[in-house]
Amino acid sequence: MDFSLSEEQLLLKDSITTFVDKDYLFDVRQKSIKTELGYSSDFWKTFADLGWLGMPFSEADGGYNGGPIDLMVIMESLGRGLVVEPYIPNVVLAGGLVSRLGSEEQKQELLPKIISGEIQMSVAFSEPQSRFDLNDVITSAKKDGDNYILDGYKAVVMNGPSSNSIVVVARTSGNQLDKEGLSLFIVDPSSKGVSLRNYSNVDGSKASEVTLENVSTPASSLLGNEGGAFSALEEVIDLATLAISAEAVGIMEKMNEITLEYTKTREQFGETLSSFQALQHRMVDTFMAYEQTKSLLLMCAAKLTDKSDDAKKAVSALKYQVGIAAKHVGEESVQLHGGMGVTDETNIGHYFKRLTTIRAIFGNTDYHLKRYSAL
Amino acid sequence: MNLSFSEEDLKFQDEVRSFIAENYPADIKNKMDNGIPVSKEDIQTWQRILSKKGWFAVNWPEEYGGTGWSITQKHIFQNELADANTPTLVPFGVSMCGPVVYTFGSQEQKDRFLPGIINNDVWWCQGYSEPGSGSDLASLKTKAVKDGDHYIVNGTKTWTTMAQHADWIFCLVRTETTDIKQQGISFLLIDMKTPGVEVKPIITIDGSHEVNMVYLDNVKVPVENLIGEEGAGWNIAKFLLAHERTGIGGIPALKREIRRLREITSELPLGEGFLKDDELFMDKLNKLEIDLLAAEYSELRTLAAMSKGGHPGPESSILKIKGTDLQQGLSDLFVEALGYYAHPFMSEDDLISNEGRIGPDFAANVMPHYLNYRKVSIYGGSNEIQRNVIAKAVLGI
Repeated sequence: MDFSLSEEQLLLKDSITTFVDKDYLFDVRQKSIKTELGYSSDFWKTFADLGWLGMPFSEADGGYNGGPIDLMVIMESLGRGLVVEPYIPNVVLAGGLVSRLGSEEQKQELLPKIISGEIQMSVAFSEPQSRFDLNDVITSAKKDGDNYILDGYKAVVMNGPSSNSIVVVARTSGNQLDKEGLSLFIVDPSSKGVSLRNYSNVDGSKASEVTLENVSTPASSLLGNEGGAFSALEEVIDLATLAISAEAVGIMEKMNEITLEYTKTREQFGETLSSFQALQHRMVDTFMAYEQTKSLLLMCAAKLTDKSDDAKKAVSALKYQVGIAAKHVGEESVQLHGGMGVTDETNIGHYFKRLTTIRAIFGNTDYHLKRYSAL
Repeated sequence: MNLSFSEEDLKFQDEVRSFIAENYPADIKNKMDNGIPVSKEDIQTWQRILSKKGWFAVNWPEEYGGTGWSITQKHIFQNELADANTPTLVPFGVSMCGPVVYTFGSQEQKDRFLPGIINNDVWWCQGYSEPGSGSDLASLKTKAVKDGDHYIVNGTKTWTTMAQHADWIFCLVRTETTDIKQQGISFLLIDMKTPGVEVKPIITIDGSHEVNMVYLDNVKVPVENLIGEEGAGWNIAKFLLAHERTGIGGIPALKREIRRLREITSELPLGEGFLKDDELFMDKLNKLEIDLLAAEYSELRTLAAMSKGGHPGPESSILKIKGTDLQQGLSDLFVEALGYYAHPFMSEDDLISNEGRIGPDFAANVMPHYLNYRKVSIYGGSNEIQRNVIAKAVLGI
């Protein structure tokens, strides 16, 4: 039994940690989230140059053949830096679907550009009524000669505003909740009938509401087989769930460090806050919450790597634990900072906001508890 | 034991209810019901309506313009205000400065300051916390040095709620440095227009501007603005903290909000049905409601004891902890109800724009409210300090 990272993985971790500590400063981040783009295109270029964007792709597709453990290493380190650049929606979700389902032509068209940082993509999977159920899709795609006609509404599409193309999940057959009958289409957001309403999320990331009205898309935009997208979609969302859980683990580790440091310097009643036993116990509890989550993260990354039978169940166990720990660590970190914890100028509150949105992204505790029970 | 209201109390409840129905301005109600922030003018308008009716300074003695209501009547009144979703009354003048002035002030000070408060002509704010003095309030360092018939005040106050609107600030200042930090503190009223007073906004994580830093740089304050004796400020502070803590549980508003969330579960689509079909979510809602019921009856027990002549003591600390726990828990449940739609951030401009809102109509305020409400377990004596109070005063340890 060996939980240690490989030589290459340690180098990867070191390279991201150095970037985050030296270049990705809090005030730089705060400036970029206020721009229209919402992140730094220079940093995105850096990610490409350092090979991080190519990590999850096979060598045949121009990538570095990285697996779930490499992805975990990347996201944990990005989490510590509260990096807002859209790695998950673009590389893990859209890139993941294209690399799994794409034709040679589609892969050659898109993957090199994702890896080089030239294009941004996103996946439009959620709808107002679907919450976290990937199979719950009303958006329809109807065959019309050589084309498909798309109609529907997609909610909170992460990285929608910067996307050069959007992978839309639509129903080509079956009923609203059926797993069968889901298809993916690569849609150009400037096509006739596609309208985006772009906005910022509370965590500083960007998203869109996407309306599809009588959108005609060529059959060549179909990604994978008609009607058979569910299992690949579920597999990619599971991998993205590992990725965002790793981000949460990085955030929690950092928040615990920041909070401990704060309580060691802040004095009240002539003593540092860290000298009060009531507060010490609470920091021990948040530390244990982090440790428990980290353990499930490693377990899950290993099971996804091995493609074990219970890998899906491991993903739900992990995300359930992330939801519980994120609430606990997030709220306690703010509380232990007192008033400073709720100010916009202090970094802890921004870590808290991202940790809070992560609780829901790809399914909250209730959703994953139910999924865990059902699997 | 009889836990129901008397015939007269019920009649009073009807009277309050119809007064609100007839006099609550539609434009303010519309803002409150749709999560659009109310302005200073809106708050003043509503407070003046209550004031004109004689229902604003409900807790004050009748000789100063209070109502003379029983404790049950005051409770009913607060419930009805919250139930109708009226703007929260700003406590700094009517619940804090007013009681200090009529309890500790001279006749001259009463004549000078009380009418402005009860008529809503003067907006007050509270100068307590300092950057180095939060939970340990008595360690405050703002200095007031006597110079003839004035004090010269220097220091920094923080977390000053709505100081940007305030005409006056009541401050705890240090007039003497002694070995015992609670001594040498004085209670001073300062006109915000005095040269040397500067207000700087503190933006909170929900993006709102509610609190401020207040810098006091060689501010010249006439000695007649001192309330009580020089050095007796800590006793006034303790008196005021007890005042601040009653009602801090916000139980009437919680009852309204939990009812609203229950309604929402029947409206929010989930799959082919509604959120109310989600048993795990409904379990959480029901558990929270039971906890709220327990807090409500704890408050009623305290009120009943008070109406027999008791004083709210450490019970108010229990209500503060339980009430704020519930406020935070409920705000989190609203976030969970929305799933992804809790994430879009809407500015005040977005809220009133014609483009419409993102997601369900009520969604816009849900996450800001959750984030903002992290403050409730921090302000008014943090919940850690409240536990110290209970340990000491109730458990005797």
